[in-house]
Parts: sequence; structure tokens; C-alpha cells
Amino acid sequence: MKDVLDMGISELRNAMDEGKVSAQELTTQYLDRIEAVDKKVRAYVTVTEEVALSQAKAADEMIKKGKAGPLTGIPLGIKDVICTKGIPTTCSSRMLKDFRPPFNATVMERLAEQGAVMLGKLNMDEFAMGSSTENSAFFETRNPWDLDRIPGGSSGGSAAAVAARMCVASLGSDTGGSIRQPASHCGVVGLKPTYGLVSRYGLVAFASSLDQIGPLTRSVEDAALLLEAVAGHDSRDSTSLPRPVPPFAKACRQAMEGLRVGIPKEYFIDGVQEEVVGSIRQALRVMQDMGAELVDISLPHTEYAIATYYIIATAEASSNLSRYDGVKYGFRAKDYSNLMDMYKETRAQGFGPEVKRRIMLGTYCLSAGYYDAFYKKASQVRTLIVDDFKKAFKECDVIAAPVAPTTAFKIGEKVNDPLKMYLSDIFTIPVNLAGIPGLSLPCGFDQNGLPIGLQLMAGHLQEEILFTAASNLEKGLGLNNRWPDLT
Amino acid sequence: MAHITVEEVEHVAQLARLRFSKDELEEFTNQLDAILRFVGKLESLDTEGVEPTYRAIEIVNCFREDVVKPSLPIEEVTANAPESEEGAFVVPRII
Repeated sequence: MKDVLDMGISELRNAMDEGKVSAQELTTQYLDRIEAVDKKVRAYVTVTEEVALSQAKAADEMIKKGKAGPLTGIPLGIKDVICTKGIPTTCSSRMLKDFRPPFNATVMERLAEQGAVMLGKLNMDEFAMGSSTENSAFFETRNPWDLDRIPGGSSGGSAAAVAARMCVASLGSDTGGSIRQPASHCGVVGLKPTYGLVSRYGLVAFASSLDQIGPLTRSVEDAALLLEAVAGHDSRDSTSLPRPVPPFAKACRQAMEGLRVGIPKEYFIDGVQEEVVGSIRQALRVMQDMGAELVDISLPHTEYAIATYYIIATAEASSNLSRYDGVKYGFRAKDYSNLMDMYKETRAQGFGPEVKRRIMLGTYCLSAGYYDAFYKKASQVRTLIVDDFKKAFKECDVIAAPVAPTTAFKIGEKVNDPLKMYLSDIFTIPVNLAGIPGLSLPCGFDQNGLPIGLQLMAGHLQEEILFTAASNLEKGLGLNNRWPDLT
Repeated sequence: MAHITVEEVEHVAQLARLRFSKDELEEFTNQLDAILRFVGKLESLDTEGVEPTYRAIEIVNCFREDVVKPSLPIEEVTANAPESEEGAFVVPRII
């Protein structure tokens, strides 16, 4: 039998249902793998060994009774921004270091109902603010392909854990590229679903009009299966779309004959690493050979997306993060002279520099006299970006582009220059502003052996088209089953 | 576009309930200034008459049935508070 650590979700389903491996054996193997390699990668903030083993035991019961669903007994990692009842949910922040939520996020409830196994909580940039996971208040996570490089961010732990085979799949969250960019840097599949497809109940808020939970996996089909399990309407999230969940895994088996693939000229610009462009052009030829039609398109307001995003996202964050006041939960400073002083000391000591920077920028943009010039202006430009996509999707079914301008950079390379760090999100941000789905798929390696990602974007609720295009391309490229060794 | 001063940064820090040392204030002023200059590029776009987008999906007033459901137990909610007493959050004296 093939090594269980190399198996995807449906292979594991068969193996478990046929009694070749139990959920408990599988979970133990993954816990051993974490023990063996996480001291190098440092993806996990918390390993929930006891929870995992008891969930695996319950999963084995379900399997024995013939009640297994697609994810029963599948060991997963969860970004530490998703609330898990009684289990620390830190957002990699000093502010929430000891926070144990009194409730589960909707996605966690759905996974538990299916009998999925949680191995632990994964490291991230503090409050999901960053592109390298260097903003974690606890430690840096390393790229499994090169331990001197960043895994991307903010879901860096989620991407690194999947690439290092320390979980079958993971959940991350994506506000401006935080699933797709680390997926790209770690050579895994990552999907930011349509805004409203996955409930945000229990997802610690960063920028509420942009945040969305999504899967990071080693194959397109696994992403489809995990999304099927967590998606769907939830009355506890007022932005959750009341609509049945389509059969995403089935869409992975459709042919892409006749699919129109748009190539936006604004995403193939100076400053993008040559190998990234080369690898994507190669993938486009593969798509063409498989029956897709390539169409040149334009998204003319792309260059304004970063500026738009850093106003809207920080404005929303400054409001969302005002809840951390040292009263209801989280950290409170030890020494203070009065209530105001307690607020300021608590926040000054509890938040890291990037979080403070964004709270400051957002507060400034929303403050008296600046609201129209910044927040309103940015919200108007957001409309122009939304309209760009609407027009483009009249000419094509899916858009193909780079995920990030370069492959993974070195730890420390951009950490002291916030603006430079922000610019690395140039190709992922427009998708969040428009609320459309975006998928990152490994499409090659650069000369240093670092993974390159290709991004596919589709219209609102067109995830099925993304899965069809991505799974065909995945087969056509044949890159699967190449993983960093680490032992 | 805006050029931000140390005094303005101090004012915004007060609004945001944050505190910075003198060195931090200077560093933040420089960094925020660079970021604001960058985002200032939006000024060059004509957005006259363009409706702002606050939500990227077309969904309004998502109602649900108003059903009484149990809330979280008070002990569990206050268990995370830095200081609580008899089911209430304790804050520094304000009067």
C-alpha cells in the first residue's frame, strides 16, 4: 500500500472504509509526522493531540457503522483565527494568547458533524495581517521547500503544514490573498471562495467585507471536498448566501473543452519574476492543448487595487479590533492608572507593530475630515474594480494570472518595509475587493526549486468552473506527488 | 495628498486608544506618510458619480425567524475575562 501520508481525501476514504487503515492509525501517523518535522517548519501554534485521538476514535465508530461522510477520520489543521471551543484560538497575537472561545465556528461544527479530525491550530500573521507569517507574535513559520524562506501569509502555517505533510488539508482565511499567496509559495492548492459562500461565524474578524474561509490542500479534488463540507448558508452570518452547495468534487471530473480562459494584460507586467511568467505561459499552452480557448482581456483598474484595499481593509480592521480593550476577553496590561490608561497600555502591549500600523491607518482614513477623501473614494474605486471583472467575464469564463509576482522571498527580506510587503499582494487583492472566487494551483518550480502558483479567477459563485479548469490543468501539468522531504 | 505630521499621528493614536514611545511615533509617522502617499494615487482617478461598493455581493436584509434560543452560559463567557465578579466584567473605577 502507498504511504498513507501521500494519500488524498478520497483515497483515504476508500482505505478507511475498506479497513486498510483506521482513523486512529492515520491520526497517530500524522501526529508522529508533526513531532518529527514541525521543529523545522514550525507551522503549529497548538497541537491538539488528545482532541485528535478522541475524534479519530469517534470517526472509527462512524466508519464501522457505515455512517462515514467524505471527511470522516480525515486529519486536518486549522488556522488559529477560527474559533475552536475550549481550545486556544490565539490569532498568533499576544492579545489572544490565552483565549479559549466558548463556542465553535460554524465551519468547525460542520467538520465535527462529518467526523473530521483536528490535529491542531496553525500559525499565521497576527490577526491575519501580513504576507509572510513573520508578523506572528510567537514565531516564524518556515517554507518547507527552503527553510530560510517565508511560507507566505497570512495563512503561512496552513500552507506549510499541508506541503510538509503535517495534515491532509487545512483551513485558512483570505482577506487580500492570505490563502492563495501562501498556497503558491508552498506549492499547494488554495481557494478563496465567493464572499458569502462559507460562513464567517467564529472567524475572528479582520476586514468583514473581504474575509472568507477556504481550503488549502494537496490536490484540486481535496479542495473541492473540503469546500463542500464547510460551505453553505448559516443564519448566524448575515452575509451568508442562502443557496444550496453545488457538487464541487463532481465539477473536478468535467472536461474543459471550449472553456474561454482570459489573460489580463495588467497581470503580466514588469517586475514579475521571469520564471513565474514563463511557467504560467507554459500552463496556458497546456490548457489550450486540452481544448481551452485563450482570450486577451483587460482589467484596467488593477493598478489601483492595493491602494483601495489598504484603505478599506484597514478602515474595517480599525473598527473590528476596537473590541480588544482588556475587558471582555484577552490580554489586559498589569499596570495602569485609570480606564483610559488601561485601554492604551493593553493595546500598546497586546498588539504587534503591523496590527498597530493598520489600526492607525484605518483610524486615520475614517477620522473627521478624511472619510470622503479616503474611505468613500476607495469604495468608489472598488466599484470600478468590480465592473472590470463584470466586463471581463462577458468575454471569458475564467481568468488566469500569476498569484504573486515572485516565488517565496527570504525571511527578513521585506519585514522592515511595510509598503514593499503590501506590494506583494498586487495580484490577489482584486479578487477580494470584487468578492469573486480565486484559486491558486502549483504550476512549476523556479531554478531554486521553489514552487510557482497560477491563479484562476471566476465570477460570483462560479467555483465549479474553477474546479473544472484547475483539475484539468493539474492533470495536464502532472506535478503531483512532489513534496519536500524534511527528514 | 496628505502629509502626516507627528502631532496628527499622536491624535490618531488617541482615537485608536494606542500609545507609542517617542521613537515609535517618529517611525510610525514616516511609515504612515509613505503609505498615505502611495494610497494617494487614487486621487488621480475620476470617480464623479460612481456609486461606492461596501459589500461585494448582492444581498440585502437577510432575515431569519426570531426564535428564542439558549445563549452562552455566563460562566463560560466571563471565564476569558481578565477580571470578573458575580457574572460581570470588572473594569477600573471610573467615577
